[in-house]
Amino acid sequence: MSAVGRPGAAPRREATRRLRRLPLHAGAALTVAICLFPVYWMVTTAFKPSRDIQSTDPQFLPRTWTLEHFRTAVQADGFAQFWRNSLLVTAGAVLLSLVVALAAAFAVARMRWRGRRQFVLAVFIAQMAPWESLIIPIYIIARDTGMLDRLLTLTLVYFMITLPFTVIVLRGFMTTIPPELEEAAQVDGCNRFQAFRRIAFPLLAPGLMATSLFGFITAWNEFAYANFLIIKNQDQRTLPVWLSSFQDTFGTDWGATMAASTLFALPALVIFLALQRHVTSGLASGAVKG
Amino acid sequence: MSAVRERAVPRSARPHRPRADGRPPAARRAARERGGPWPYLLVAPAVLGMLYLLVYPLARAVLISFQDFRLRQLIMGDAEFVGFANYRTLLTDPRFWTVVRRTFLFMAVNVVLIMVIGLLVALMTQRLGRLWRVAVLSSLVLAWAMPVVAATTVFQWLFHSEFGVVNWALTSLGFGSFERYPWFAHGTAAFAILVLLVVWQSVPFAAITLYSALTTVPAELHESARIDGAGAFRVLRSVTLPMIRPIVMLVLCLEVIWTFKAFVQIWVMTRGGPGDATTILPVYAVQTALSSQRYDLGSAASMVTVILMSGVLALYLRQMFRQEDEL
Repeated sequence: MSAVGRPGAAPRREATRRLRRLPLHAGAALTVAICLFPVYWMVTTAFKPSRDIQSTDPQFLPRTWTLEHFRTAVQADGFAQFWRNSLLVTAGAVLLSLVVALAAAFAVARMRWRGRRQFVLAVFIAQMAPWESLIIPIYIIARDTGMLDRLLTLTLVYFMITLPFTVIVLRGFMTTIPPELEEAAQVDGCNRFQAFRRIAFPLLAPGLMATSLFGFITAWNEFAYANFLIIKNQDQRTLPVWLSSFQDTFGTDWGATMAASTLFALPALVIFLALQRHVTSGLASGAVKG
Repeated sequence: MSAVRERAVPRSARPHRPRADGRPPAARRAARERGGPWPYLLVAPAVLGMLYLLVYPLARAVLISFQDFRLRQLIMGDAEFVGFANYRTLLTDPRFWTVVRRTFLFMAVNVVLIMVIGLLVALMTQRLGRLWRVAVLSSLVLAWAMPVVAATTVFQWLFHSEFGVVNWALTSLGFGSFERYPWFAHGTAAFAILVLLVVWQSVPFAAITLYSALTTVPAELHESARIDGAGAFRVLRSVTLPMIRPIVMLVLCLEVIWTFKAFVQIWVMTRGGPGDATTILPVYAVQTALSSQRYDLGSAASMVTVILMSGVLALYLRQMFRQEDEL
């Protein structure tokens, strides 16, 4: 930890620090550009007329803006249906995992019981579960129980994928809330449930927000299970699967494909950006610190 | 890292008085201390979920990997146990070993790039003024929030052979050979694009997490190291990195696990092609199982993946517990 002393370097460092701002800002600008360019290119392509898209000389800003591609995408077969499916599955999975995780996190953070350590260990291991490796058995189990081609199956799978993370983060948040607060409320005549609901629950809001955001992104995005568990009943497909098959349906209609991608990505982008602060704090207290 | 500990207030030492709701306080206090049925009732749904949706499928996968399980057995359900035959078939197949090598190459390239770029971006963000910092963090979050399938589709468009902006840019810069360069027809090029896509998607998480770790390092430490005459690199190596080491290790473990499982990007973009050039283990398992209807071989491949990954998992858990002795 101790650094070698080199006296007399202070004035020179003042000058270099000022000089260092320039590459720093150049680096920041480059980072912003690289992060945003694909997003920018997706959105602008969606608004360009086809002849500008299919030109070997790309336009960085649409010369004329058109909504034609969005119209194609929205009017494409089943768009509204798939949007509804995605929303149902996502909301179902997030709500289910919030309720189940809140109960489990409460038991872990606030109560002492035999098996508590083992439970927490199991949750940590489950968080790293090899989901991609379980497609085959889950496909077979779903087939055997008549659960193929059903949105409920996807909801349950997404619930399970998000559950461990949700338990860990909520537990992390709950341990930062002093139990004395709830106890004081209990002394004042609340029962345990009321004490939790009135005192701890509002303080948990950032944690709930961070975890539901994570659940939303996971379920909204999930492709592999949606692709392999929904086979015959195409009405039950979700947006990611629909989007991935879009090019097959529309040939090389890149304008429509980019419009569809925009419509699909938009909710995630908006929600993520709106909750940016909670994302970071949620990660810091949950996924990272455990 | 300051893990928040639970308060160790002796519960029995707390004063209690009769409650307004009239229920016997003793029973409730007992429930809080030594559990009673409540904690078990509260964790029951989570445990049931994990058992039915995680443990049971995993057990089924193990079972199938030891059976002769093809399309016929899927329909008739009369699978026979064949011992290690599937694993023998798999492990003697040179194609499988090529896939394993490629998986590790893919993972190593991705993880190194993600960690280096992520750390650089985090260090940069820390030194930025407020405005630039917000700009960088927001754009990182936007890239992060981009759904995987959408991002994959966009990258396909960026690298489109005829109208892709990348070919246009490279040609304009004087690399004439990139005129109509078919990225997805060449194995190495397709592999490179997938690496680029995964890195682009993963750097935001690494950068933001490492940045929040950096903000917990007390500034005085840097100051005193600088006053002692340490250069920027020396401060980073001797002060900053040791302080954020636990989080660096965590991000590293997570990225290894996540890139190991980068299935969707590959499946949507190339299906493992051209040829086999972008086939990594999860893609291989799904291809074998669902396209060739060799569910047994696919399960065996999945199990090999799980075993390879559990090495990283063990590291991850050790890291977790070192931080969290309270568990």
